[in-house]
Amino acid sequence: MTIKGKAYIAGIYEHPTRHAPDKSTAQLHAEVAKGAIEDAGISKDDVDGYFCAGDAPGGAWPMVDYLGLNTKKLRHVDSTETGGCSYIIHLGHAAEAIAAGKCSIALITLAGKPRTGVMPPRAAGAEADFESAYGATTHNAYGMCAMRHMHDYGTTSEQLAWIKVAASHHAQYNPHAMLKDVVTVEDVLNSPMISDPLHRMDCCVVSDGGGALIVTTPEIARSLKKPLVKLIGHGEAMKGPRGGKDLDLTYSAGIWSGPRAFEEAGITPQDIKYASIYDSFTITVLMQLEDLGFCKKGEGGKFVADGNLISGVGKLPFNTDGGGLCSNHPVNRGGMTKIIEAVRQLRGEAHPKVQVKNCDLAIAHGTGGLLGVRHAASTAILERV
Amino acid sequence: MSEAKKYPAPVTNPETAAFWDAAKQGKFMIKRCTACGEAHYFPRAICPFCYSDKTVWEESSGEATIYTWSLMRKSPTGPYAIAYVTLKEGPSVQTNIVDCDLEKLKIGQKVKVVFKPTDGAPLPFFTVA
Repeated sequence: MTIKGKAYIAGIYEHPTRHAPDKSTAQLHAEVAKGAIEDAGISKDDVDGYFCAGDAPGGAWPMVDYLGLNTKKLRHVDSTETGGCSYIIHLGHAAEAIAAGKCSIALITLAGKPRTGVMPPRAAGAEADFESAYGATTHNAYGMCAMRHMHDYGTTSEQLAWIKVAASHHAQYNPHAMLKDVVTVEDVLNSPMISDPLHRMDCCVVSDGGGALIVTTPEIARSLKKPLVKLIGHGEAMKGPRGGKDLDLTYSAGIWSGPRAFEEAGITPQDIKYASIYDSFTITVLMQLEDLGFCKKGEGGKFVADGNLISGVGKLPFNTDGGGLCSNHPVNRGGMTKIIEAVRQLRGEAHPKVQVKNCDLAIAHGTGGLLGVRHAASTAILERV
Repeated sequence: MSEAKKYPAPVTNPETAAFWDAAKQGKFMIKRCTACGEAHYFPRAICPFCYSDKTVWEESSGEATIYTWSLMRKSPTGPYAIAYVTLKEGPSVQTNIVDCDLEKLKIGQKVKVVFKPTDGAPLPFFTVA
């Protein structure tokens, strides 16, 4: 049993807003749902599967009602919550449901407003008494990964900075990007230290916004007007400190989700023309590139240096919308926009300055939770038909 | 760092109450599985490695080395260093490094446990040994 080729992404929509104090979170979900439905050229009444994560106010059943989905037709829901990579996991789960005949047109939404106001805290896990007092945040949890990666492999701040430099080269062409200025390695190194060894420019932006996808059967996708993009491989995985045994913060759960996806797709990292890689921080990108097999473990620093991630310059164009480092990071969750830009590349709809030529194979990979503490990862491999 | 930072009191539960009772006596406890021999942290009733329920409390030496750390510079309560330290007994523990020069921390540096008061049981931290 495989999901290879069983599901197509027929609709995409990224909300143009980066700051939405005048809108409700549910409203943003509705706006992105409407956008993806219109992009696909279907009706909301055709949707028979709905997927959302922890950002959806009240969860699946209040959202299904608020969105006015057709409850006579809706027959599959999934509210898997794995932080920022939830939507990449949803994509795989939608393909599974479609392959099993449990739904035929799935809607996945993400939206929220962390730039307007503080997000509600997550429910405590069993570890709460033993960890919550120590103030793990995204910044310092990823900082701890970077610190150890530097120690074990000699990775440098200059190498990490190249990731931000590449993102900024792409963001200059995105009219919606929060940070459109091209930056240099020196700019990154001269930005204030936030949590050692990560500087401000090693960190992604905080933005309001959202995005949505329509995932459907090959037959329905062919009946619609958009260029065909199919899911050919998918993987998911989780990692934590595991009772404190053999702690190793230099790799992510991508080391398991990646090979699962590549195996299902029947391709290798060398076949990938474009990569959407979750970029909550520069170190996130570097570790995930290693874990996915784009280079050997410990050689990520060399791999990302000297513009290797810049479209038209390097070997692996990444995050050509400017990514979380420059464009947006809606709801502090970057998985959705990673899929959307990969689909744009495969459709040939990316900005002409960053569009990858003959882009037929792309990857969208994300992490959710805290890389240095507990996290999930998901990998999707997409092909232009 | 001039004012003592206020830490939240542990909620505690039946599975972990013995840890916090020992903390009140200044003891830092870990769990060890008598079936597979592995120690783990934070403490669980069921061994996370072999799923045996034969786990027993063991007092840790409180001696550890820094596995990694990061100094959070932007915080309303002042800079603080989060870290994982690896105990002499094996398990690695998430903590804060306290009461020392946080600018000079190094991976591999020796640290030891110290307790800080809360409104309930005290919390374990680590400082340079």
